Amino acid sequence: MLAVVGFGQSWNVALAILNLCLISSVMSMGLNIQWGYAGLFNAGVMASTAIGGLTAVLISHMPVSKAWSVGGTSLFALIVFLILTLSVVFFIFKIFKRGRKRSFSIALVILIGYVFMRFYYDQATFAIEQVEPAKTGFLGGLGLPIIFSWAAGGFAAAGLAWIIGRISLGLRSDYFAIATLGISEIMISILKNEDWLSRGVKNVTGLSRPVPYEVDLLQSEWFINMVTWLYGVTDGEIVKTDVLREEMQLSAGVIVKLCYSGLFLIVVLTILIFAVRALNSPWGRMMRAIRDNETAASAMGKDVTSRHRQVFIIGSAVIGIAGAMLTTLDGQFTPGSYIPLRFTFLIWIMVILGGSGNNLGAIIGAFITWFVWIEAEPASLWLVENIDFFFTTNSPLILHLKEVAPHMRMILMGLMLLLVLRFMPKGILPEKSSS
Amino acid sequence: MSYLIGENLTGGYGGADVISDCSIFVEKGEIAVVVGPNGAGKSTAMKALLGMLKLRSGFVKLDGNDITSMSPQERVAQGMAFVPQNKNIFVTMTVEENLEMGAFLRRDDINETMEQVFELFPVLKLKRKQLAGELSGGQRQQVAVGRALMTKPLVLMLDEPTAGVSPIVMDELFERILEVKQTGIAILMVEQNARQALNIADRGFVMVTGENRFTDTGEALLSNKEVRKSFLGG
Amino acid sequence: MDFSTDMLNALVLISNYVLIPSLSYGSQLALGAVGVTLVFGILRFANFAHGEIMSFGSMVTVLITWWLQSLGVTMGFFPTAMLALPLSIIITIILVLIIDNSVFSFYRKNKSRAVTYIVTSVGVMFILNGLVRIIIGTDEIIFRDGQKFLIKAGHFKKMTGLSEGLALKQTQVLTIVIAIISVVLLFWFLQRTRTGKAMRAFSDNEDLALLSGISPERVVMVTWIITAILATLAGVLYGLDKSFKPLVYFNLILPIFAAAIVGGIGEPLGAIIGGYVVAFSEIMATYAFKKFIIYLVPSEFAPESLVQFLTTEYKFAVSFLILVLVLLVRPTGILRGKLL
Repeated sequence: MLAVVGFGQSWNVALAILNLCLISSVMSMGLNIQWGYAGLFNAGVMASTAIGGLTAVLISHMPVSKAWSVGGTSLFALIVFLILTLSVVFFIFKIFKRGRKRSFSIALVILIGYVFMRFYYDQATFAIEQVEPAKTGFLGGLGLPIIFSWAAGGFAAAGLAWIIGRISLGLRSDYFAIATLGISEIMISILKNEDWLSRGVKNVTGLSRPVPYEVDLLQSEWFINMVTWLYGVTDGEIVKTDVLREEMQLSAGVIVKLCYSGLFLIVVLTILIFAVRALNSPWGRMMRAIRDNETAASAMGKDVTSRHRQVFIIGSAVIGIAGAMLTTLDGQFTPGSYIPLRFTFLIWIMVILGGSGNNLGAIIGAFITWFVWIEAEPASLWLVENIDFFFTTNSPLILHLKEVAPHMRMILMGLMLLLVLRFMPKGILPEKSSS
Repeated sequence: MSYLIGENLTGGYGGADVISDCSIFVEKGEIAVVVGPNGAGKSTAMKALLGMLKLRSGFVKLDGNDITSMSPQERVAQGMAFVPQNKNIFVTMTVEENLEMGAFLRRDDINETMEQVFELFPVLKLKRKQLAGELSGGQRQQVAVGRALMTKPLVLMLDEPTAGVSPIVMDELFERILEVKQTGIAILMVEQNARQALNIADRGFVMVTGENRFTDTGEALLSNKEVRKSFLGG
Repeated sequence: MDFSTDMLNALVLISNYVLIPSLSYGSQLALGAVGVTLVFGILRFANFAHGEIMSFGSMVTVLITWWLQSLGVTMGFFPTAMLALPLSIIITIILVLIIDNSVFSFYRKNKSRAVTYIVTSVGVMFILNGLVRIIIGTDEIIFRDGQKFLIKAGHFKKMTGLSEGLALKQTQVLTIVIAIISVVLLFWFLQRTRTGKAMRAFSDNEDLALLSGISPERVVMVTWIITAILATLAGVLYGLDKSFKPLVYFNLILPIFAAAIVGGIGEPLGAIIGGYVVAFSEIMATYAFKKFIIYLVPSEFAPESLVQFLTTEYKFAVSFLILVLVLLVRPTGILRGKLL
């Protein structure tokens, strides 16, 4: 399939799709751990992806020292008050007995604490966001190589999942789905609005790369030699320089993308090996036993909620890694681009299409789904252009269809999901039965 | 031939057979009681009569017509009423609405039947506007039986109507059931409280491990030594 | 200025910016949440496609409104959309019934798990979302016509001599009136009619309802019809009040779910209460009370900051903060709905 695109459109497009297929595979494997192994309907995949992306920024961006110096003191005061409030609340919680008095005093302490924290928070954010707002205006990151963020993104997502799990695990599936969807939306609105953290909707761009830049490649000698060797002579004739230059630029793109593909492939394979092993271990068997019959499992003394928490955290961590990888590939962090259709429900389609509970299936599902998602647009455009002979080319209907052709993929995705659910509920690669 | 007959019923829930070769029947104006130890398949036998169980063999006849292939809903329309053991009332609806729902399939005037139910269970008339979920256990059972009677059934089937109610309430409930019998309805009950149930029964079935062990009149079973020793505690 | 004028000014201010907007937004949420809660009570799943049903109904209304306008038919004082409503409700009902027949009924027959329904509703969500985008595009559309304001802020100031103005949009009044009428009709239907009672019985105890001879398919069909009516109303009223934009409608599902759960899912009355709770808290938590307080306290105590709990960007987040709180404190919701 990808090869067809490679020859048909261009190798750059094909590789771009491949890279996102690989990242999607990581995401769908993560969701598969939650849904396929344990039957958790996590509608907050987006939250893990986004926090992975945020981690990529915080790890790789240069620290903005000026922001630290102007906002540091207030920030420190903020943290002091946060700790103070929390410890007083904890203290009251321990000392007083449950009752109206306790609830009232806790509410009062939180209110007072909030007023103070709000004061320092406003001071800190105002100061920080004033620092070169066009370029930075946020605290910046640690200035480490971005590749570290892949692991860190996993940890950050795991931490977030722990909190989300505390709130929403143990609820029935519908409730859990709504709760996770809601929390992920809150997460995104925080990222969009807290400019001091990651510049909000102003986006962070120009993140460093783990692979060479095209510009550098074009100037390196081995690269020029390679391209000349590859394309320099066609049918015995020496190709003109400008054609050669064009080839060079295309090749540079291809090489950069290939580097990414290599890195991503390593991650995909590593996670795949771990996921398959986990699934076939006693732990994996227990998870599936809980999934298939929660009542029986808890009657046998399994702590269902804490197992669920465990699997939720692990799955979210895997998705977090993918989130960091995605931001690395894009080289920028754009909170506005996180919408549930693309980052939660599309991943669901991948897992269900591929086969819930089957890791290889999750990867295949990711590849197919992403491919259709991307190629639906040119395909429907092509279709619209080729029904010309029914209508005149410039009829309003055709123009409208051309404009809306990209949305065809929504319908395609929905149809795909419904058809799979109805006629192939186990997906392309069904789960191997455990007995 | 009896009014409702389940003959040689064999079946279960997918896996092994829960009841095998079990025969139960009841006549109009008669109370038949199914007793037996826990897990003997009493409730399952009743579900088989109602069509809520897939039968491997055997048949069910109502008034001489074979109804084996009918769905539970169709059987209800044919005049069978069932009071489940649990969740047998609409807790968020008033007593009156519960009774109305019982008569859902009827298109004629239901007020007369409702008055009859209120005569039988006077306390329900007092609480007709109250939510059924707010009533006591015994009153709930009355609502449940009342709802079933609203269909003007020909056969009334009760699954352990006295489970979880006090002995006094149980005696009262049995008395009411005897009153219902006077109207000529066939009544089939599954009961844990075997001795009291057989006392009011015209016919009794003792089930053990999915089979009929004894079938006789209630009186005869009560005086049968073996039945007394094994199932009635001496 | 004396204190009573200040009091009045404060009252007008809060009515203008909090009370009236919350009431109309709450009515829109309530209408949507009742649909979600009914589907949950009868079909026992959280319908993720509900926002898209609202979106579809509104889109049909927009199209019919345009068509009517092109014919020169308007309603003068009222928005033309009101004239388009009956037909668009019918079209939405047909769509919803087709969806139920071709998609959901299969899983009902197979007695599938709730999760299967949810995933299925996600599929329906995608298709409807794509359909709306293809038919009408993704641009923001304002389809309100007729008289915009019943009371204009400037006019109000002149009339009363107060320094605060009160603006009352026709759509706000329309929303509240229509919401009240539909809710009254709905409760009359549920409490008094045979079919309505059968729906409540089915929601309460499905097995017993079947034993009473209540037809599940009929109950389900009526549920979808009511849902389609309410969803179209909610969508159109929201669109008239603000504007029609497909993406916004997708996001509306969040406060609507929150309203349904906060009120107690499966409980229509709870959904209505929940709608207003969510609307009021969203608007109050993001409203800057500075001016309001200045009117009420002596000038030396006047606050310097905006006295705003959260910035307006967090509006949607507020509904979910409430949801999370309810989940933690009282998972059955205000009216003790079904425990999920």
